[in-house]
Amino acid sequence: MNIEIPVMADVTAKGQQPEFLFWVGCAGAFDDRYKKVSRAFTKILHHLNVNYAVLGKEETCTGDPARRAGNEMLYQMQALTNISTFTRYNVKKIITICPHCYNIFKNDYPDLGGHYEVINYTQFLQTYIENGTLKITSDKFADKSITFHDPCYLGRANGEYAAPRKVLEAIPSTKVEMKRNKSFALCCGAGGGQMFKEAEKGNKEVFIERTEDALETGANIIATSCPFCMVMLTDGLKYKNKEEEIFNYDIAELIVMAMGW
Amino acid sequence: MIKQIVFITATILSFGILGYSLLRIYSFLKLTKSHKSGPLGKRISKTLFVALFQTKILRRPVIGVLHALVFWGFIVILFGSLEIIIDGFTGIEKSLSSLGFVYHVISISGDVFSWIILIAICVFFVRRVFLSVKRFEGIEMKRRSHSDANFALSLIFILMVTLIWMNILSSAMNLEEGKLLYPINALFGQFFTSLDHTILLRAYEINWWTHIGVIFLFMNILPYSKHFHVFMSVPNVFFSRTEPLGKLPNMDNITKEVKLMMDPNLAFAAPTEPVSEIERFGVKDVEDVTWKNYMDSLACTQCGRCTASCPANITGKMLSPRKIMIDLRARMKEKAPHILKEGKGYNDNKSLLRDYITTEELWACTTCNACAQECPVNINHPEMIVFMRRFLVMEESAAPTGLNVMFTNIENNGAPWPFSPEDRLLWANDLTTN
Repeated sequence: MNIEIPVMADVTAKGQQPEFLFWVGCAGAFDDRYKKVSRAFTKILHHLNVNYAVLGKEETCTGDPARRAGNEMLYQMQALTNISTFTRYNVKKIITICPHCYNIFKNDYPDLGGHYEVINYTQFLQTYIENGTLKITSDKFADKSITFHDPCYLGRANGEYAAPRKVLEAIPSTKVEMKRNKSFALCCGAGGGQMFKEAEKGNKEVFIERTEDALETGANIIATSCPFCMVMLTDGLKYKNKEEEIFNYDIAELIVMAMGW
Repeated sequence: MIKQIVFITATILSFGILGYSLLRIYSFLKLTKSHKSGPLGKRISKTLFVALFQTKILRRPVIGVLHALVFWGFIVILFGSLEIIIDGFTGIEKSLSSLGFVYHVISISGDVFSWIILIAICVFFVRRVFLSVKRFEGIEMKRRSHSDANFALSLIFILMVTLIWMNILSSAMNLEEGKLLYPINALFGQFFTSLDHTILLRAYEINWWTHIGVIFLFMNILPYSKHFHVFMSVPNVFFSRTEPLGKLPNMDNITKEVKLMMDPNLAFAAPTEPVSEIERFGVKDVEDVTWKNYMDSLACTQCGRCTASCPANITGKMLSPRKIMIDLRARMKEKAPHILKEGKGYNDNKSLLRDYITTEELWACTTCNACAQECPVNINHPEMIVFMRRFLVMEESAAPTGLNVMFTNIENNGAPWPFSPEDRLLWANDLTTN
């Protein structure tokens, strides 16, 4: 079955008002690996009959990487542009996959007049799992063990440790925690603009340190819920020559694989 | 009578000097910028949890429990110290005993805590001197940091030994009352009941004077020591932000400029308010920080929980969040007296940025907030780091190459990577599902 992605401009031109804006994010739109995550989550939205739309060509960077790197001017230009787009389409609820987009919409946009109900996709999925709409009975991962890497901007930055774990809990499989988890979790090394620059001199890369935490659990699958974490941990697995035995998937991908969608 | 006069003079002198030290720090604080703390109710509940119940220090359970016991003990014993001061002023003994039941509870707790604190202090001492605890080391940890810590521990040790002796001797002089008020030390006190009363009284007074003397000394050293956190940690928690750690303060002066840029009508309209002094973007030196940033540096006791959890530091980079706080306090101490004397224009050709904190440290931060999460007194290090990055980027265009490329990409394509906005929906091509 073909999925047509509803685009905000087209939907509103027909006089309809989508309930949610699905914010795809730059990584979701452009990163080859992460595009698969956007596709997976879209399949879930489709199967759950969610009334949503994306901005498509009207989407532009939230300004988060610029802001954390100190470029407040550029951040505010991006933010005010986005806020005026949201106002034009009367956006009230935003779903994001990327926790950096989630954080900046939720915590920083209100200071510039952008007030929205911002929902991270793990929280969104948690609701559907808890009300029974999304049931995963497949035993595709029954013999696998999964470890979850907390993204800083969902975890420490916003205190959301439960939602991703609740979602993973719904997938029949073994779950193992890394020694540093939840509020104690170690960063993947890509936040605060690090994704876009060379690391400073040190004796180790942060992503290798974190990959070692994940490998220590003996899990077959590293579950992530952030585009930057995915780049880092996937690289870490390659660095450790483990990419043939241990896999890094996003939570949305795990659901889609389990459901056979 | 002579005792009273000596005591009153000593007390007034001690509090006078303390008042001077605190006022001086307050005058430094007034050189800084504003800070929004958030709603009062939330701040009170946060103070209860983080400060009173020590929730964050207990994230390291073993040493955390010991610290929490010392903290709670100090609060109880503070009542005892208050009584000593009232006693000293009025010449009455046990002046607060009229409080009855409450007095009994406080005295008994104080008696128990005197031993708990003594044991904890000994553990801290052994740990500092004989075990090599990694987080007590680092480039920012100078010899002075260690001697400062050991000196404070020694003073607390003397405070507890003299307090214990006071309770023992007091019990020896009046065993019935001792058993009621100091159940633990009365056990020792019963061995001394046979001694001559004047000897007991003399010994008691020696301990009493040493105890209050050390208190006066300690409280006047605190404002110049890393142990100032004894005074500053509770207020620092109270004034810390209530928003999630992920939030950064908005720069309202930038908002004004960006709105002007984006709305041409506004740009050509007559200015509605007088042109104010051009503000510096971000933090270059101590007068650019908020008063809360400076307060953070005063509340820091250099425990190193921040640095021990920092991904950059763990992997051998220069960045140490603790150093940011130590540097801020040291630079303020260096520069503020000159600004106060010579006015705002004072310039010593040095600044917090570069002369104290290098750009290499600042660019190593992942803004993961692990340091802020760990800090037992709610210091916000990432905020300071981003503030200094703001200066580097917006005043000096001194970002690393990779970040400048990212900025240009966002400006030109609306994405941190060089992809056209026209291609934003390509990910959705030929999407099918079962």
